[in-house]
Amino acid sequence: MVPLSWYLGLSALLFTIGAMGVFIKRNTITIFLCIELMLNGVNLTLVALSGFFGDVSGQLFVFMVIAVAAAEAAVGLAIIISIFRNRESLNVDDADTLKL
Amino acid sequence: MPALLQAATDFQTIARQAGQLIMPEAILTLFACAALILDVMLPRNRKRVVAWVCLAGIGASLVSLGILYFNISSREAARTGFFDMIIIDNYAVVFKLMFLIGAALSILLSIKYLDTEGEQRGEYYALILFSVTGMMFMASGVDLLTLFISLELMAISVYILVGFLKRDQRSNEAAMKYFLLGAFSSGVLLYGISLVYGLTGTTNLAKIAAALPTVASANYNLLGTPADMRYLVLLSMILMAAGMFFKVAAVPFHMWAPDAYEGAPTSITAFMSVAVKAASFAMFGRLFLYGLPDLRGALEGDPANNIAGLPGWALLLGIVAAITMVWGNLAALIQNNTKRLLAYSSISHAGFTLLGLIAGNQTGYTAFIIYLFIYTLMNLGVFGCIIALRRRGIAGDRMEDFNGLVRKAPWLTVMMTIFLLSLGGIPPTAGFVGKLYLFMGLIETGNPWLVRLAILAVLMSAVSLYYYIRFIRAMYIEPESEPQPLSLSRPLQTALAVAVLLVMLIGVYPQPLIRLTQKAATSQGLKTYVYEEKPAATDSTDQPGAVPLPPTPPRR
Repeated sequence: MVPLSWYLGLSALLFTIGAMGVFIKRNTITIFLCIELMLNGVNLTLVALSGFFGDVSGQLFVFMVIAVAAAEAAVGLAIIISIFRNRESLNVDDADTLKL
Repeated sequence: MPALLQAATDFQTIARQAGQLIMPEAILTLFACAALILDVMLPRNRKRVVAWVCLAGIGASLVSLGILYFNISSREAARTGFFDMIIIDNYAVVFKLMFLIGAALSILLSIKYLDTEGEQRGEYYALILFSVTGMMFMASGVDLLTLFISLELMAISVYILVGFLKRDQRSNEAAMKYFLLGAFSSGVLLYGISLVYGLTGTTNLAKIAAALPTVASANYNLLGTPADMRYLVLLSMILMAAGMFFKVAAVPFHMWAPDAYEGAPTSITAFMSVAVKAASFAMFGRLFLYGLPDLRGALEGDPANNIAGLPGWALLLGIVAAITMVWGNLAALIQNNTKRLLAYSSISHAGFTLLGLIAGNQTGYTAFIIYLFIYTLMNLGVFGCIIALRRRGIAGDRMEDFNGLVRKAPWLTVMMTIFLLSLGGIPPTAGFVGKLYLFMGLIETGNPWLVRLAILAVLMSAVSLYYYIRFIRAMYIEPESEPQPLSLSRPLQTALAVAVLLVMLIGVYPQPLIRLTQKAATSQGLKTYVYEEKPAATDSTDQPGAVPLPPTPPRR
């Protein structure tokens, strides 16, 4: 039996790695993957807590988060494709049309 | 078998009663789906029909919202449904009214604009309806699950709308930035939610509010061992607040807003700056006033064991509101693109709106709602005027495009002037009423720090006049730089006229709106807070960096 604190520690680690990646990485797709990593860190927290409490609402929440993440991925990739068509670059530093 | 039958009839009653509660949203969803189907069937030059269908949907939704409102005001009680996942109270109804008005005006603004951009498509209007459905559930959700899903429904629809001009690089870029930062902020918000779930074992806001005082006490009994969970409580509160600050574009989480506002189609900029912001504030209010009311003041320490008290969210919101007002206004001073300028202005207005939440009394909550309502009308008006300047070959979003407007379109200039004065808070426009209530709410608390915050807000309001007057100067004094005439479409004229009439009407006769918002501000479960001044606390407030809010028990 793995204690709850291990799950929480791992999910906090996943979340932090994801959040750091959003700030460090420059490729749009990688940034997007880092955001997914953050969401999965949250999912792990919710599942672990839900098992710990013996309460299903946490697991329900995870289903919803997964569904929302899928919808977000569809929209996000569509936006990334449309920007790639016009610009032929995925580097966020090249996206500098909108600046003062 | 009888048990099953009983369950089936129970389910029917529940479905019928609960069905009434979500009728406005259900109507919107149906009309949005119908619009998607209709869009496929119509030829390319007839797509405008979809816009009118969507407007009819908003009208039907308004009617059913009105019926719901009379229903709850005759029972004088809020109605909950779907296992306490949503609540219909006056707070929800007023916000829903705000979103529907905002959406209807945005659709009117869009019709001609999309023709000019060559992107007249039906799914645009359907997406607006879908996002409004999300917003309406954000205002009435009292469960973290409902709130999260409806937030995402709104956000995902708006990501697409921001990037709606597929061939425009600026629109693409705005959509990408908005999407990446929006998804990031959802992740942050979600982590806060998961921690709250871990601390309280429930996702229902009322249950969370009931459980938090125990968890946030300095000597919480965690499975038999005393533990100080207050830091974790604060961490989850800060994560949720950070997520919400992103959504309402408060400094330091505002950097997406100028880019997204500038690149998005102007009609969507208008929609984002009013409806999306108001919905985020509605959710902010739900989360913090219903879910975490006891974290407002200081979390009490335990002097016997030498555990210090910790500040609550009023301090966090106060600091954020102050820097948002200052930064938003100062950055707006140097902008030359009008959409970007208004983005910074909307950031500073987010700071003003936060003041209502911080004040924590009845006046503050009234101000919070009334300000968002008025802001919806006046900001849509300003963006409507910018859309009116969009002609073939002229983007209409530079300050120079306003030069000498009074000679080309005198009525448009007058309306723009009224909206700008209202944004600046000059009587007798509606903006004055909103700001007056905000400042009154802060001053009524009697807390010296909050009074200082009100003074800062008044000062910043004066600074904001500078850049609003820049528009007026360009319109009245500068010589005409662009001879091409304007042609305002009928829907745009209607939207502007409605907005200007309402702004003036609320400015001179605000009582009906005030009564409505006061009802909303006294909704069940909205906890007010009294900042009591303790004699001992007065010396500590003079020290820099002291905790400004003395701990007092919350009062209904």
